[in-house]
Amino acid sequence: MSDATAELRVAFVGLPNCGKTALFNRLTGSRQKVANYPGVTVERKEGVFAASSGRRYRLLDLPGTYSLKPTTLDEAITRDVALGRVANEPRPETIVLVADATHLPLSLRLALEVRRLGLPMVIVLNMSDVARRRGFAIDRDLLSRELGAPVIETVATRSGGADALITELERLAMPEQPAAPTTAWQEPTAAEVTATHAEAGRLLELADYREPLRSRAVAVADRILMNPFAGMLILATLLFFVFQAVFSWAAWPMDLIDAGVASLADLVRGALPDGPLRSLLADGVIAGVGSVIVFLPQIVILFAFILALEDSGYLPRAAYLLDRVMGSVGLSGRAFIPLLSSFACAIPGIMATRTIPQLRDRIVTILVAPLMTCSARLPVYALLIAAFIPQRDIGVFNLQGLVLFMLYFAGVASALLVAWVAKLIAGGQSNHLLMLELPDYQWPSLRNLALGLWEKTRVFLARAGGIILALMVLLWFLSTYPAPPAGATGAAIEYSFAGQLGKALAVILAPIGFNWQIAIALIPGLAAREVAVGALGTVYALSGDEEAVTTALSSVIASEWGLATGLSLLAWYVFAPQCLATLAVVRRETNGWRYPLLMLVYLFALAYLAAFVTYRVTLAVAG
Amino acid sequence: MSAVAPFDDRRRLSDLAVGERARVERVLDDDSISRRLLEVGFIPGASIEIVASMWPAADPLAIRVGGSTFALRRHEAERVVIA
Repeated sequence: MSDATAELRVAFVGLPNCGKTALFNRLTGSRQKVANYPGVTVERKEGVFAASSGRRYRLLDLPGTYSLKPTTLDEAITRDVALGRVANEPRPETIVLVADATHLPLSLRLALEVRRLGLPMVIVLNMSDVARRRGFAIDRDLLSRELGAPVIETVATRSGGADALITELERLAMPEQPAAPTTAWQEPTAAEVTATHAEAGRLLELADYREPLRSRAVAVADRILMNPFAGMLILATLLFFVFQAVFSWAAWPMDLIDAGVASLADLVRGALPDGPLRSLLADGVIAGVGSVIVFLPQIVILFAFILALEDSGYLPRAAYLLDRVMGSVGLSGRAFIPLLSSFACAIPGIMATRTIPQLRDRIVTILVAPLMTCSARLPVYALLIAAFIPQRDIGVFNLQGLVLFMLYFAGVASALLVAWVAKLIAGGQSNHLLMLELPDYQWPSLRNLALGLWEKTRVFLARAGGIILALMVLLWFLSTYPAPPAGATGAAIEYSFAGQLGKALAVILAPIGFNWQIAIALIPGLAAREVAVGALGTVYALSGDEEAVTTALSSVIASEWGLATGLSLLAWYVFAPQCLATLAVVRRETNGWRYPLLMLVYLFALAYLAAFVTYRVTLAVAG
Repeated sequence: MSAVAPFDDRRRLSDLAVGERARVERVLDDDSISRRLLEVGFIPGASIEIVASMWPAADPLAIRVGGSTFALRRHEAERVVIA
C-alpha cells in the first residue's frame, strides 16, 4: 500500500480544557462526524484531513482525562480506545498528546502514563504563544530525547498554528499492520501515580522549564467572580441577561421560520389535489418539521452563550458558586450546565449530563431536566396568559410577565424539591464529588464557537427531528382517521381516534377542570408541547393563518373556560412530560426503559396534582 | 460534627483559610477520590493555596495546586493532610 492512499489513525489525548478540541478543529475544520460509541452514550468525534503529500489522517478526539484510570464513562472510553478494547473501533496507530503549555506538569505526567501504552506518540505543547508571553520556556529537544517522542509547539487558535503537528505526523512511518489490542496493560497504582509526578518534575527541571507567570488579572478576576456575594450577584445578572437575549433576539428569526413553514404548507396544499397525501405532507410532515426548527433560534442563541462561557472558563466557576445550593438537595454543581441547557431544550441538556461522574447524580439530573422551562412550553404559556391574565401593572412589574416568571420559578423550585426527595429515598450517601478544574480565563475563539454551534445544531436536528417527525406523522394519522360520518356537525378531529381517546380521557381530567376539548388537544400535544396550541385551534374549528387562530383562540377560551381551568392547564404544563422525544433520549442515555418510565409516571403524577390543587384553590378563591 | 474524619490533630487542607498557603503531606485513603486527588497534583510536597471559599460553611473550596486551580468539596479537601 503506498502512502498516497493510506490512512493513519491518530487519537488525540489530553487533559480536560487543554485545547485539544480546538487543535482537532484546526486540523479537520467541518470535516467531522459525531456519533456515539456502540453501547454507551459517550460522544465519538472523528475527523479527517489530507496532508499535502496526499496521505490521509483519520483523527479521533478522545474525551479529556487526567489519567488512564477512569472516574467517568467518558474517561473509560479514552482508556479503552487507547488499548484497542472497544468493539468495531480499531486501535489508533499514533497518539497525539495535547498539553496546555500554560500548565505543563499535569499533562507531562499523563504523557508518561500514555507512553506505557507502547504506541508512537507526538507531544504537542498547545497555546505556546500565550505561555511564551508569560515567560514559559523549555528545552524541547532535551524533553523529546528523554521521552522518546517528538515534542512540538502549536497555537490552535491561529491559522497555520498546527503546521508543526502536520509536519511531525508526516514524518511518521505508516505501520506495517494495524496496531494490535493490548492485554498486558495494568492500571497504574497510587505509588506509580506519585512516581510519575516525580518523574515529570525531574524532566521539567532537566529541561530548564520556566513556569509561565499567571497574570495578575486572573487572580483579581477570581477574587471578584468567586466571591460568595459579588460572584453570586454577577452570575444572577449574567443569567438574566442571557435569558433576556434568548427571548428578544430569537423573536424575529422565529417569526420568519414560522412564516416560511406556513407558506411551504400552503404551497403544497395548492399544488396537490385534496386527499390523504396532501394532508399528510402539509399537516403531518411540514408542520412536524416546522414545529422543531422554529425553536432553533432560541436554542442556537442559548448555546452560543453557553459555549462562549464554557470556552472562557467561567462556567466551571458558576458550577463552583452553585455547588452549595445544589449540594443541599443532593445534586452536584456540575449539574448546573446540563440544567442551564435544558432551558432551551431538555434533549441537549440530558445529553450534557455525561460529564457528571457519579451515576446516581447523573440520573437525578436527567430526571429533573424536563422541569426546566424549555422553549416549547412558551407558545402554550403565551396563549393561556394572554387569555386569562389581565394586562395590568403591579408596581414596576407587568402582571403577565410576573406570571411567566412564576412559571419558570415553579419549574426550578420543583426540580430542587424532586432532587431533594430523590436524595431522601436513595438514602444517606452524601459524599458527592465535585473536584472540578477551574481553568484560567481566556477569550473564546469565534471559530471554535461556530464549529461547536454547528455541531450542537446538527445533533439536535438529527436526534429530536427524526423522532418528532415520526410521531407527528403517527399523531396526524390518529387525528385524521376515521373521517367524520356524513352530516356530522362538530370538528373532524372529534370523530377521529384522537378525539375518541380524548373524550375517554376527559373523565379522568374532569377533576382538574379540563374539558374534552383540552383532553383532545393534549394527545397531539404529546409529540411536542407547542403542538397543543394548533390542536386546540383544530378542535374549536378555527381557520386562518396561525396568528389569526391564536388570537381567535385566545378570546374563545377566555369566554368558554373559567379562570380556574386556564390556571390549571398552566400548572399542568409546568410538569407534564408532554414530549416523547425527551423520553426517547432518556431511554437511550440510560440504556433502558426504567428511568424514562419513572420520569413519565412521576411527572404526570406531579402535573395532575399541581393542576388539581390549582383548579380547586382557584375555584374556592375566585368562585 | 464530623463523624467521617478520624479524630486526630493532623491539619487538613480544609482547615486553611482563604489566602493561606501550605504543603501537602499526604492524601488519606486509597479509593477513587483519593486517587484522583493524587493525579491532579495533591502529592507530598506540593505547595497549595486556598483561592476562595463559599459562604456560609466554606464548602466548596477553590485551591491552587501545582499551576492549576481546583474546586473541591469539603469532604474531598479533608482527605488532604498538610504539613
